[in-house]
Amino acid sequence: MNFKGKDIISIKDFSKKEINYILDYSKKMLDYARGEKYSDLLKGKLLSSLFFEPSTRTRLSFESAVNRLGGRVIGFADPAATSQKKGESLADTIRMADSYSDVIVVRHPQEGAARLAAEFADAPVLNAGDGAGRHPTQCLLDLFTIYTEKKRISKNKVVLLGDLKYGRTVHSLAYALSLYGAELTFVSPESLKMPKEVVQECKELGVEPKHTSSLEKAVKDADVLYVTRIQKERFPDAEEYNRVVGAYRVDVDLLKYAQDNLIIMHPLPRVNEIHPEVDKTPHAIYFKQAFNGVPVRMALLSLVLGVKK
Amino acid sequence: MKELKVQPIKNGTVIDHIEAGNAVKVLHILGIPKTSSSSVSVAMNVRSKLGKKDIVKVENRELDPNEVDKIALIAPKATINIIRNYEVAEKYRVQLPDEIIGIVRCSNPTCVSNSKKEPVSTRFIVVEKDPPRIKCYYCEREPDDIADRII
Ligand SMILES: [Zn+2]
Repeated sequence: MNFKGKDIISIKDFSKKEINYILDYSKKMLDYARGEKYSDLLKGKLLSSLFFEPSTRTRLSFESAVNRLGGRVIGFADPAATSQKKGESLADTIRMADSYSDVIVVRHPQEGAARLAAEFADAPVLNAGDGAGRHPTQCLLDLFTIYTEKKRISKNKVVLLGDLKYGRTVHSLAYALSLYGAELTFVSPESLKMPKEVVQECKELGVEPKHTSSLEKAVKDADVLYVTRIQKERFPDAEEYNRVVGAYRVDVDLLKYAQDNLIIMHPLPRVNEIHPEVDKTPHAIYFKQAFNGVPVRMALLSLVLGVKK
Repeated sequence: MKELKVQPIKNGTVIDHIEAGNAVKVLHILGIPKTSSSSVSVAMNVRSKLGKKDIVKVENRELDPNEVDKIALIAPKATINIIRNYEVAEKYRVQLPDEIIGIVRCSNPTCVSNSKKEPVSTRFIVVEKDPPRIKCYYCEREPDDIADRII
């Protein structure tokens, strides 16, 4: 399978076979990501890291991946300091980065920005999140986490919880999990339900998602509980927000209903969706999940640069 | 003899088999009457074998392919008849291409294709031809009402 020069814009650009290949290759990167082994796989390669909106976790995870494989990074983390503020187009910034580097990572507030960037660059472009749109490396690291924790993705009972309407990670994740035929249950307040287009996509892939407002019920036979942040600004008043957040809080009381091998995931940062006392339980996998961004991004960078081991 | 609903034209284009009620949208797409001095006749709710339909006749104007693409977006069953000297010189059914560039605006206000700063034309992938369903190439959103989004 050849990924050299390929852009990573949307999880939908990839077949299940290609995703499997990326996940298996990411596994081989685990020792390098932990710093237990050293490789100079990306030696002499320069990455442009263009963050038109801040995202500390994603940016650091890319930088860790490149540096641990002997590559180097140029770029910016703060849009206030860039020529964008002076009115330069994304297209022009991309043309410049393309001439300076071998691969481009772009994070941008507008939907479709990464697709546009790819049109103006010869170098491969990796989408690190575009607006409320896609974030394929997050989706891949989520899949990788389920794959490594559960040994497979198919047949798992996965509960997606929280803001399913605006939460960008859950849309691609619901799609990708459906590719694998996982069982899906959506738990959210009425006003933040999974959009019908996403439900339709799952159905087209042969998965009939269940909806419920009862978290206890959903958690009972779940293998994976994927929690997302519910943002305050989605609610007209603080009272309603507090009620919803209270109803969907993951705490040790809830875990009484859970199976022993339930894993709890969260794209982070979390606010108060998961009580800190859950962190100490074996269910909590979210910090490991964040770490998994490194091997997955290592794999992607070396694949698109064509320097696979 | 059958009653003539619309006068025959000498030269121009007849757009037939427009879904009943959509003739006005077709006129809008063609920029009529604003950008045209051609005389135009419209027949609405004409009875035919396939139910009711609308017909638009434009004198002294032959549609170009770009305009035909636009018509396919709102009248996917329409046929285009190019008339020269009272004869049908060409006849074809409108056909949506696989991609539509620069014709429809994305309904997502924060889509990069709506950014004035970027050197970009709107671009849509045709998901289904009849009834037409299109998806923004950039942000993947499907406009609910395509007719409202035509540039
Ligand atoms: Zn769009």
